[in-house]
Amino acid sequence: MVKQRVESVVEGKIRCDACPVLCYIAEGRSGACDRYANEGGTLVRLDPFTILEQSDQAVPFLDGSDWDGGIAKGGQVFVTAIGAGTTYPDYKPAPFIVGQTYDDVDMVTVVTEGIFSYCGAKVKIDTDRYIGPERAEVRVDGEAIGHVMTGEYGSQMLSLGGVHHLTGGSKKEGRVTCDALLKLCNRQAVTVKVDEGAEVVLQAGAPPVVDGVREERMRVGCGSATIGMFAKQWVDHVDEVVVVDDHITGVLSEHQAGKLLDVKPTGIKVRGRKSTPGRYFQVANPGTGWGGTDITDPLSILAPFKPKDAWAGMRMLMVSTTGEQWGYFVLDAALEPVAAELPDALRLSVERIEENCEPSVVSVLFMGGAGGSLRAGVTENPVGLTRSVKDALTHVSCGGAPCYIWPGGGITVMADVLDMPENAFGYVPTPALVAPIEFTMRRADYAALGGYMDAVRPLDEVLGEAERREAAAAGARWPMDGGNFRGNL
Amino acid sequence: MTYERPQANRSGRRLHLSHGPINLILEAAGEAHAVEAAYQRAIAAFDELLEALVVDLPVLRKPLCGAPVSSPVALRMCAAVRGIPVFVTPMAAVAGSVADYVLAAMRGEGLRRVVVNNGGDIALWLGEGEGYRLGISDHVRPGFVGMITLDAACGVATSGWRGRSYSLGIADAVTVLARSAAEADVLATLIANSVDLPDSPLVQREAACALSPDSDLGARLVTVGVSALPDANVTKALDSGVACAQGYIAQGRASGVFLCLQGQTRVAGEAFALE
Repeated sequence: MVKQRVESVVEGKIRCDACPVLCYIAEGRSGACDRYANEGGTLVRLDPFTILEQSDQAVPFLDGSDWDGGIAKGGQVFVTAIGAGTTYPDYKPAPFIVGQTYDDVDMVTVVTEGIFSYCGAKVKIDTDRYIGPERAEVRVDGEAIGHVMTGEYGSQMLSLGGVHHLTGGSKKEGRVTCDALLKLCNRQAVTVKVDEGAEVVLQAGAPPVVDGVREERMRVGCGSATIGMFAKQWVDHVDEVVVVDDHITGVLSEHQAGKLLDVKPTGIKVRGRKSTPGRYFQVANPGTGWGGTDITDPLSILAPFKPKDAWAGMRMLMVSTTGEQWGYFVLDAALEPVAAELPDALRLSVERIEENCEPSVVSVLFMGGAGGSLRAGVTENPVGLTRSVKDALTHVSCGGAPCYIWPGGGITVMADVLDMPENAFGYVPTPALVAPIEFTMRRADYAALGGYMDAVRPLDEVLGEAERREAAAAGARWPMDGGNFRGNL
Repeated sequence: MTYERPQANRSGRRLHLSHGPINLILEAAGEAHAVEAAYQRAIAAFDELLEALVVDLPVLRKPLCGAPVSSPVALRMCAAVRGIPVFVTPMAAVAGSVADYVLAAMRGEGLRRVVVNNGGDIALWLGEGEGYRLGISDHVRPGFVGMITLDAACGVATSGWRGRSYSLGIADAVTVLARSAAEADVLATLIANSVDLPDSPLVQREAACALSPDSDLGARLVTVGVSALPDANVTKALDSGVACAQGYIAQGRASGVFLCLQGQTRVAGEAFALE
C-alpha cells in the first residue's frame, strides 16, 4: 500500500488530511469515511490505485518458453484496474481509458473495477485425502458457499461462490460467501467444512490443511502405481519392494509389473485387505506416518517370512509413496529382516519418488463474467467488445494478470489470483466482489468497436494519480505483448 | 493543504455526490428542466457544505451548551437535539441534517418528488398523490421483514451497532420515521442505544475514544460485538427499546419505529407494517 503524507501524529494517532474532516485515526482503525486507515502509524488508502511496472527481472533470463528473443523491455508500465473505481451502474466511460505507445503501436487500455455478482472461485487442492463426496456442500460459519466438484489427478476440486450463493440464498449466506471469496482471492486463509467430509484450510499458494494435518507433498501415484513406475529400476538391485500408502500399498513380487519382469515370489504377507495381486487396502489407519498412514515402523505391517518362499540374504526395500520415509533390509539366517545400508542404485530411485512428488498447494482461480454495464463502460455498443475479445483484437487482463477466456457468448474469464498483485479484490454489500479488469487493444481497434475516443487520456497524466506501484509477476506475459493479439503488433 | 474536492457523478436518473465521509444519492422526478435545475442547486449547496461544517465540529461534538455555530447544517443538527433529556450531541443528527439541507436546496416548481439518501438516512419530499415504498430487510432472512409506504415530506433513519457510527446499545437496526431526517437520525440513535442488556457478558464493548480519538462519545463504552443471545434476553432488550420508542411517539416526535435484534423484530407506532 502506498503511504500518504502525514502532517501530524499525536500519541500514535495520525491525522488524515484527505478531506476537511481531518480525522484522528487510531492504530489499526479507519477514518469516518472507511476509505483511509492507520496501518502501523502510516496513513494508507484502503483501495490504492495500482500500476504494474515491468522490470528487467520480470523477463526471466534464458527462459525460452515465453521469450521472443528480443531485448527485455525494461521500464514499461501498465495501468491496472486495482483501486481505479467503477462507474457502475452508469453508462459512461470507465474510470480510466489510457493511451500509450508500445513497440511503436498506439495502444489503449480501458481500466475499470468490475462489480461481479456472477463470480466465484474454482479451487484445486493438491491432496489425495478424502475431503467429502461429490456435490457435498462446502460451508463457512454454517453457510453453504459452494460444493465439492470432483477429484482430478492427485487433487480435489471445489466450486465456491457463484450467483446462487451470493444473491440466491439468505442474506447471511450471501454475506458469508462474499467474505470467503474476498479472502481467498486476496490470498488469505479460509477454513471450510465439507458436509460429511473434512475441515480444510484453504489459502492460495499454501499447502492445504486437511482435518488439522498439513499436506506437504502430492503423491506421484498410489503404492501400486509407484511399483509400476519404478519396477524396472528396481529388479536388478532388490528382491522385494513394498510401497506403503494410505490408499493402496503395493508389493513388487506380487504386482503385475513384477510378474512381467520375472520377479521371484518371496512369500511376503502384508496386513490389510488384498485387492488385486500386489495391491492392499487399509494396511493401517490414516495418520501422519509413512505414506499418510499411522505407521512408524514399516516392519509392523509384515508377517514373519517363511522358509517355503523366502531365503537368507533376500534384499527388501520399503518406501512410502512420497519417498519421505524408506528402509532397506536383508533377511538373516533366521529370515529376520535386518536394516542395512541402502545401495546407491536404490537411493536414486527413492530420491526420484520424492522428486516426483510435487509440493501440495491450493490454487485459487477467480472466475467472473463481464456484464453488460461493465462492457458499456468500454464502448457504446457492448457486444462490440465481446466480438473484439473473441477475435483476439482485445486482450483481457485482471490486475495485469493473464486470463483464460471461456469460449461461447459473453466475456467469462478465469485468472490465477497468485498472478495478480496482493489485495486486488474488494467487495460491495450487494453482495458482490469488486475485481480489476482491463481491456487492451490497438487504438484503431478501439475506435472500430465504438470506444470512447474522447475519454482516452495520455499515460503520463494517469500515472500521476497512481498510488501503488507493483512489479509484474515473474514470467507472466506482459498485457501488451504482441502474442496477445491477432496478427501480432 | 489540498483536500479531495467534492465529487458529483450523474448515474442514470440519479446524482451521486460525495466528499470525505459523505455519500449522497439524489433522485428528483418531475419536469425535465426542473429536475436538471434541482440537481444544479444540489451541487451548488454541496460544494461548500463539508468545509463549512468542519468549522463547527468542536462545538457539535459536545452536548448543547449554547456555543454558537454558523454553518447551515450545524444549525439543523443543534435544532434536532434540543429538548432531549438524555446524553446526546448534535453529531447524532449529522447524516440526517445533511440530507435535509440538500433536500431543502433542491425543492422547487415542477418537481413531483425529491429523495436524498445519505447512506441510509433519507430525506423525502413527495408531491400530491406521490408515494414511496420503503422495505426493511435484516441480514438473516431473504426479502423484506418490514414495509412502509410514505406519502408526505418526512425523514427515515436507521441506527445500530453494526453501522458506521458507534452505538451504546445492541440493536442490529432501529429504523425511525419522523418529520425530518435529522429528527429521525437522532431518535434512531437514542432508541438503538436503549435496546441494551447492561452489564451482560454476552456484549463486547470498548471505549469510543480508543476506537476513534475524535468520537463525540468520549470514553463511553460502545458495542463492538454481541454473542448469540438467548431468546429471553433478546425480548428483554427489545422491550426496553420499544418503551423508549413509545415515549418519543407519545411526544409526537416519531410516527413509527421498527426494531430488529438477532432475528426478532418489533414495531411501535402505526407507520410500519411487518411483512
